[in-house]
Amino acid sequence: MKGKSLVSITDYSKDDILRVLSAAKEFEKNPNQMILHGKVVATLFFEPSTRTRLSFETAANRLGARVIGFSDAATSSTSKGETLKDTIKMVSNYADVIVMRHHIEGAARYASEVTDVPIINAGDGANQHPTQTMLDLFTIQQTQGRLNDINITMVGDLKYGRTVHSLIMAMSHFSPTFNFVAPIELAMPEKYKLFCKENNIPFQDLKELSQDVIGNTDILYMTRVQKERFSDLMEYERVKNVYTLCASMLENTRPNMKVLHPLPRVGEIANDVDDTPQAYYFQQAKNGMYARQAVICDALGLI
Amino acid sequence: MTIDNKELKVAALKEGTVIDHIPSDKLFKVIAILNLKNTHSQITFGYNLDSAKLGKKAIIKISEKFLEQTEVNKVALIAPHAKINIIRDYKVVEKMALNYPQEVVGVVKCLNPKCITNNEPMKTKFRQLHPSAETYVCHYCEKTVDVEDIVVL
Repeated sequence: MKGKSLVSITDYSKDDILRVLSAAKEFEKNPNQMILHGKVVATLFFEPSTRTRLSFETAANRLGARVIGFSDAATSSTSKGETLKDTIKMVSNYADVIVMRHHIEGAARYASEVTDVPIINAGDGANQHPTQTMLDLFTIQQTQGRLNDINITMVGDLKYGRTVHSLIMAMSHFSPTFNFVAPIELAMPEKYKLFCKENNIPFQDLKELSQDVIGNTDILYMTRVQKERFSDLMEYERVKNVYTLCASMLENTRPNMKVLHPLPRVGEIANDVDDTPQAYYFQQAKNGMYARQAVICDALGLI
Repeated sequence: MTIDNKELKVAALKEGTVIDHIPSDKLFKVIAILNLKNTHSQITFGYNLDSAKLGKKAIIKISEKFLEQTEVNKVALIAPHAKINIIRDYKVVEKMALNYPQEVVGVVKCLNPKCITNNEPMKTKFRQLHPSAETYVCHYCEKTVDVEDIVVL
């Protein structure tokens, strides 16, 4: 049986999303179950990412699986010039499911085509990171009690930020409203705005994170503004402070409003926000484990 | 259409396919995209021929070979206004319309240097963004490319 790979969030239908989220909810109640006893999960990190790898490996371990793999391509035969295809073929002989992260874009899609073992994409360069999207959806559902009709304000680097792009695609099933707050240099690409128009999703482009916008938001999704995206460093210094969230900006929010961030943050959320009831990014990160437990089980056809 | 009295710069074709009205600077790309260097048919090319419409045009005549619609569609990526005629016994028996292909495998280079197709020995694959769009999406890295920027492998 060919397993069900998750390479891009668009590989999941609305039903797939709902099924995986409901499994994740079960894992939240009881994260330690022996569902994967006797299974081997490979985690192939051609590019190091400790945060994501630990989340996947903990997910697998808590379900009773054995984990094999590497955390850096330097310690794999890739450094000897082996093709990705050969590495995947070899690992397919051993593992029941392969979690992989690669700096090359499209690597996970290609891997899913050269093996029958299901592939879970744990990030391929600037392209896709679908389990991040699943944990974002899980967190939205957890904090709002629903996925439908949520007002989401995305702030920061909306041009290169893959998490916001994937979140738009995934939320498109649930009639959301979006506010895109970004400097011109990092504005939401036309491609995604066109997607919203085609799917009748209301959105507005904004340059400022005003009290007005925050007051009408259910989910405030902050992202990191990366210095290397700017050719003009003066512009970076100006822009990074415009999009810094601090506790005083959260005084008149909706009671259900939560602040999310894919982490790591740099300066875009001030430390004083951590103590507000709206701060939710650390719980969000924890949810990654439940979401990944559900994705792994789904890939193996167990939910 | 019969042969008129106008002097032909490229010999008339008895049986086969004629690709006419190719912009001259696109000739070699069309040859590449159709992989003509690996056919055994007799082929004649005209290059920098005078054209009222294009200024300079190119023409390809492939003897004893009748292009399939899927092959013809690849030409659309490079020369969307080319005219393709099927010739039998010196007569045009079919004019083939050029449509952008929905999918192209192993033909178009991905412009993203970080794409897996530029880092592994493998075929590229692009699909049309949506019907009638002049934009293609890389099946692997999901980056888009406009038809006018397409680079043939």
